[in-house]
Amino acid sequence: MTKTRVIEIEPITRVEGHGKVTIHLDDHNNVREARLHVVEFRGFERFICGRPYWEVPVIVQRLCGICPVSHHLTASKAMDMIVGAKKLTPTAEKIRRLMHYGQIMQSHVLHFFHLSSPDLLFGFDSDPESRNVFGVIEKMPELAVQGVMMRKFGQEIIKATAGKKIHGTGAVPGGVNKNLSIAERDVFLRDIGQMKTWALGALDIAKKYTFDNLAAVQAFAVFNSSHLSLVREDGALDLYHGNLRALDAGGNLIFDQVDYRRFNEYLMEEVKPWSYMKFPFIKSRGHIDGWYRVGPLARMNTCGFIDTPEAGKALVEFKNLTRGAPNHMSLAYHWARMIETLHCVENIETLLNDPDLQGTDLMVKGERAGEGIGVIEAPRGTLFHHYKVDANDQVTFCNLIVSTTNNNEAMNRAVKQVAQDHISGKPKITEGMLNHVEVAVRAYDPCLSCATHAIGKMPLAIEMYDADGNLVDRNSQYI
Amino acid sequence: MIGYGNPGRIDDGLGPALSALLDARALKGVSVETDYQLVVDHAHEIARHDYVIFADAAISGQAPFSFTEIPIAATQPTFNSHSLSPEAAMFFARTMFGAKTKGYILGIRGYEYEGFGEGISERAKENLDAAFLFILELLGQGKRIS
Repeated sequence: MTKTRVIEIEPITRVEGHGKVTIHLDDHNNVREARLHVVEFRGFERFICGRPYWEVPVIVQRLCGICPVSHHLTASKAMDMIVGAKKLTPTAEKIRRLMHYGQIMQSHVLHFFHLSSPDLLFGFDSDPESRNVFGVIEKMPELAVQGVMMRKFGQEIIKATAGKKIHGTGAVPGGVNKNLSIAERDVFLRDIGQMKTWALGALDIAKKYTFDNLAAVQAFAVFNSSHLSLVREDGALDLYHGNLRALDAGGNLIFDQVDYRRFNEYLMEEVKPWSYMKFPFIKSRGHIDGWYRVGPLARMNTCGFIDTPEAGKALVEFKNLTRGAPNHMSLAYHWARMIETLHCVENIETLLNDPDLQGTDLMVKGERAGEGIGVIEAPRGTLFHHYKVDANDQVTFCNLIVSTTNNNEAMNRAVKQVAQDHISGKPKITEGMLNHVEVAVRAYDPCLSCATHAIGKMPLAIEMYDADGNLVDRNSQYI
Repeated sequence: MIGYGNPGRIDDGLGPALSALLDARALKGVSVETDYQLVVDHAHEIARHDYVIFADAAISGQAPFSFTEIPIAATQPTFNSHSLSPEAAMFFARTMFGAKTKGYILGIRGYEYEGFGEGISERAKENLDAAFLFILELLGQGKRIS
């Protein structure tokens, strides 16, 4: 009988949260199976039950320290339904959009400049001692500083619209509780030109990387999949609001312009015994073939066009690479992410010049409902919030499908393919080989539901076991 | 002061709880930041100050709290985006923005971290009070930290 060795990479470095990769080898060092496991807190949905509905947009931010704003806005959209707010005031919607674009911008920038750029700039096999943000600081200090300043700009937008960076209260059921003052606006207008220049520069880096390494990009974690996102009624990219569209691997529509409040009619979640994360799939395709990708790459594939000028031109170039067919390259997520960053900066500029941001009509209400569903395009993909509220205003049901969960199957496929391509049959497993696996996961920028961080945590452990469960190798480092 | 942690995860909220207490005092010359975690953009803020205190929950170690100066690292600290360490934040501030800031870690001993829950545990509350008193003495007496 062939014995199996297991290599564990735990947690994945430079992704948000805690994940563990296990790679199962046989006696000949061939990869038999590779999986991404997620160590995530369960029970958040239960934690929400019993709360008054108006508290939810604030409380859900505690789910995650990385994307609290996405949860804040998605919960607010769900609560809009509860309070019967069918259409927000122009000021409310634009303030929320501004907050959202600030959030996506800062999230994408952190990922690109400080988490992924070391791999892209120095190579997946380069010396791990300098294949990190410190290497970027040393060799390209201006790039590292740009990343910080762009992220800070996005964070300040969040602070100005949500009231504060953590536990923001800006979005409330039926609207927002503050507008943007002229003084606040002018601070952002002063720097927006610089942000646009830097966003264009980052886009060039991502695009150049793709074309300079096209053969590698076209061979690294490339697999056919469906793609899903919200799109506007005219098919344009819309990160804040729209209807659901899903394409199959060939670019054919599976469904289009589906009101997201009916998402349960189109999507299901499967549970697997080896992972805490659920595996969503498109009902009509079944649980074997119905999995899909979300996030920047999926959004570039699903949308027909982008309505901001520079990002719009960038999308045309992106689509030209595959002659209009869906792009299935995991590493193209980076290019897509930078197109979205530019799109957000362009949208922020447009909004800052819109007098509606100083409007005073902030709230609407209508007929009270017992169920609320909110969906948004978060930095990492489509995010679903579903609540039921009783006559006492208390939440009785809560179900969240977080963006990263939607990419669960895709990330597992990426891990397995890269492990087979780069580890199978090799007599010795090197750090560079293992980093290839991490690069594949990192492309999806997963947010693995942040575990409690506090002084005294271990960030990385790689463990190897023989077929009898004996630990044969271990490598760890501590913060 | 940068108080960081997740108030939705019981004692992990010790850092934000301390920064909230300090912020309420509105002390002259003291800036207070609260966040879920330390991130690279804190480096820019750190560089604008003479001193920075990182207030965080401590899973183990000394009760009620520990207060230690961050040495200037001879080697670069490990960087992990999920939990950027104070040492890494200081390293960023120095290397990217030329900061001369002195940094300190205030680790407030906590006990309950599993699952979700708002509010600090009773035992950790006592440690929080002691840490706050310590900070007030440090700042209120006008004495220099170093």
